[in-house]
Amino acid sequence: MLNLRSCKLALPTTVAALVATFVMVNAEAQTTLRVVKHSDLKIVDPIWTTAYITRDHGYMIYDTLFATDANNQIKPQMVEKFDLSADKLTYTFTLRSGLLWHDGKPVTAEDCVASIKRWGAKDAMGQKMMSFVKDMPVVDAGTFQIVLSAPTGLVLTALGKPSSAVPFMMPRRVAETSPNEQISDYTGSGPFVFKKDEWKPGDKAVYVKFDKYKPRTEPPSGLAGGKVAKVDRVEWKVVADQQTAVNALIAGEIDFIEQPSHDLLPILRNESSIKLVDWNPLGNQYAFRFNTTAKPFDNVKIRQALLYAFNQEDFLQATIGDKQYYKTCKALFVCGTPLASDKGMDGLLESNFAKAQALLKEAGYDGTPIVLMHSTDLQVLTNLAPVAKSLMEKAGFKVDMQSMDWQTLVARRAKKDPPTQGGWHAFITSWVSADILNPVSTAFLNSSCDKALFGWPCDAQIEKLRDDFARETDPARQKAIAEAVQVRWTQYPTHIHLGQWYQPGASRKNVDGYVVAPASVFWNIGKTGK
Amino acid sequence: MLAYIGRRLLATLPVMAVVAVFVFSMLRLTPGDPASIIAGAAATSQDIVLIRQKLGLDRPIVSQFFIWLGHVLSGDFGESFFYKKQVAELIADRVGPTLALATLTMALSILISVPLGVVAAYRQGTWLDRVVMGFSVLGFSVPVFVIGYALIYVFSIRLNWLPVQGYQPISGGFGGFVQRLILPSLTLSVIYIALIARITRTSVLEVLGEDYIRTARAKGLTNRVVLMRHALRNAAVPIVTVVGLGIALLIGGVVVTESVFSIPGLGRLTVDAVLARDYPTVQAVILLFSVTYVLINLLVDVAYPLLDPRIRY
Repeated sequence: MLNLRSCKLALPTTVAALVATFVMVNAEAQTTLRVVKHSDLKIVDPIWTTAYITRDHGYMIYDTLFATDANNQIKPQMVEKFDLSADKLTYTFTLRSGLLWHDGKPVTAEDCVASIKRWGAKDAMGQKMMSFVKDMPVVDAGTFQIVLSAPTGLVLTALGKPSSAVPFMMPRRVAETSPNEQISDYTGSGPFVFKKDEWKPGDKAVYVKFDKYKPRTEPPSGLAGGKVAKVDRVEWKVVADQQTAVNALIAGEIDFIEQPSHDLLPILRNESSIKLVDWNPLGNQYAFRFNTTAKPFDNVKIRQALLYAFNQEDFLQATIGDKQYYKTCKALFVCGTPLASDKGMDGLLESNFAKAQALLKEAGYDGTPIVLMHSTDLQVLTNLAPVAKSLMEKAGFKVDMQSMDWQTLVARRAKKDPPTQGGWHAFITSWVSADILNPVSTAFLNSSCDKALFGWPCDAQIEKLRDDFARETDPARQKAIAEAVQVRWTQYPTHIHLGQWYQPGASRKNVDGYVVAPASVFWNIGKTGK
Repeated sequence: MLAYIGRRLLATLPVMAVVAVFVFSMLRLTPGDPASIIAGAAATSQDIVLIRQKLGLDRPIVSQFFIWLGHVLSGDFGESFFYKKQVAELIADRVGPTLALATLTMALSILISVPLGVVAAYRQGTWLDRVVMGFSVLGFSVPVFVIGYALIYVFSIRLNWLPVQGYQPISGGFGGFVQRLILPSLTLSVIYIALIARITRTSVLEVLGEDYIRTARAKGLTNRVVLMRHALRNAAVPIVTVVGLGIALLIGGVVVTESVFSIPGLGRLTVDAVLARDYPTVQAVILLFSVTYVLINLLVDVAYPLLDPRIRY
């Protein structure tokens, strides 16, 4: 029977028990790195899609034959040694010993050949490389060759490509999946293992350290070098709201935000427990893309008029704002990289409206409104189209700026309909700099007409120069060709680069070891305490 | 009563049919192409065409509708275009957090708003009444995300009492489960407290003027008994109606709260699916919301005779 005394005793006991359940006791012995990435991981096949989140997932669980280091040099990764025959037609690659897949089986040359084939069928640079490949024979379990029909400087550049699609190595059984189907087996040989059972799309993706991974002995450098996993577990949490992510970082609930929005950086800079991490110093490049099949942009002179009308500073100020996080750069191939050059760029991108107007008059511009698609839901892109509209109108263009969400823009840019009937003339986007380092990898330079990306530029000269670049093996001559491409581009603009911008990550101060690379990677990162 | 429930359940079928046609066609009319989104930036036109064929999006819309309808009637909601998971599985993963959030929100809302509304009615014209009504106006006016951020700032950042974000299922520990739901529930309940308190006050005020209330007082019953047993009970019908409407509105209201507090619920799933043009997921979630809304309305109607025996069906 209940009595007052027993109730009085029971009450504090109950309260204490309830309070105890509210105390967050960290019973985990392992270290967990909690990360907020730029996007939710939806697709987990980094060959099938070029989405950067999937590329980053690839870097967690896969490895590559070669990789780009911090000095933009291609270094062997899974490869122990390689050589090129005197006639420059046969590469022989020998894998490092002791490389294992996550299921414990050894990595073999057959796996690598199958992986290269799948990647080469899908990726534009891979397709270009494979157009030179005559055969890929397996010599023994750890050795294979790439036999070429003609010399090309593309092999190592392509196999060490830092960004999408990265030629990740997969087990043969997985790599034999058609490149037009998504894989369903996520076995890799990288420093982390994907925990498929804990993956909740829209909530989190989880990776655990692969104990049998054999890192290289060199220190990490860019995407190359030793990949030592220093934490036991990495959780990619989906936090859709930027302010919430920042609050969670300050409160210590997460360890790293990959790309906090620029307007929140001042808050983070002032927090004593937080540091900003410039993990991608190459940054990104804005690009204004023409639809060269739609009048009046089928007229080269009219496109050239915009080369004179635009300036990069206005775009970067409007979007990024803080000079610390942007740079004007006239080079098509990213300032600070081997192929960067200002050749041919004198007088361009300086908002010379008089010159732009003269070119429009010369071209016979008839006042056709330019349908400029304006995406409204991606913060780093939203302010660009209004700036473009303003500059274009000062140059004498009529502009019909149409606002829409990004996904609508993506659907519409694939259409070749007349702009007044659901088509388009122009839109603005951004590329990660690692994707546009040379004429072959820069997708917007592809001028193969209908086979090119949306915008469909058609220029035999640019294509010839790109092909020459692919065949060239000497770096000095490659640079000359890249400059020739840039000069030709000024005569036949396929797009306009609108400046470089940077977005540092934000981290708790008890986390260190971030690797400076074009993709955010999580080897070498250690964490102490909470 | 059973016959009435049966008739109402049968009546849901044409409602669901209309919803199915509406959501299916609205999605197809919305600009955007899931095939382009899936294919990615570097895709060629041919890639997009292949994906469209694979997803069945190249068929005539009417064919797509009947194929989808056939699958739905056999319990198959299809596979998400993006997550490569069965839509039913995606929804099952996400329904728990939304249900937990909605339940706690309504429980808090009712527990706080009904007594507030009763007291405001009882103390009509006093400072207490004015405070309650003032709070009610504030509750309607301040956006949900502003309330959320303010609560996070005070209780998570400044006081460090509660977590900023996230969801922990009850299987992971009851304490953590409740801890992570307190701020989101409080955030979401503000508007419902405002709404229900106001309706409660109005309804109780009407009843307090009735003869039987005067009789109850004349009999010497305490104020508490008069209010809770006689007044509130007779004022319950409109309150229950508003609570029912509130639950239905809650389904839409959780979206913002789930985003602010990073709760992986149905609201966020819906927004993500809409933005990605993930047709199967959007269609399934809208159908689920519609069924839920219809059933809630039915429950509210069934509750009326229990509260007021004069109501008969």
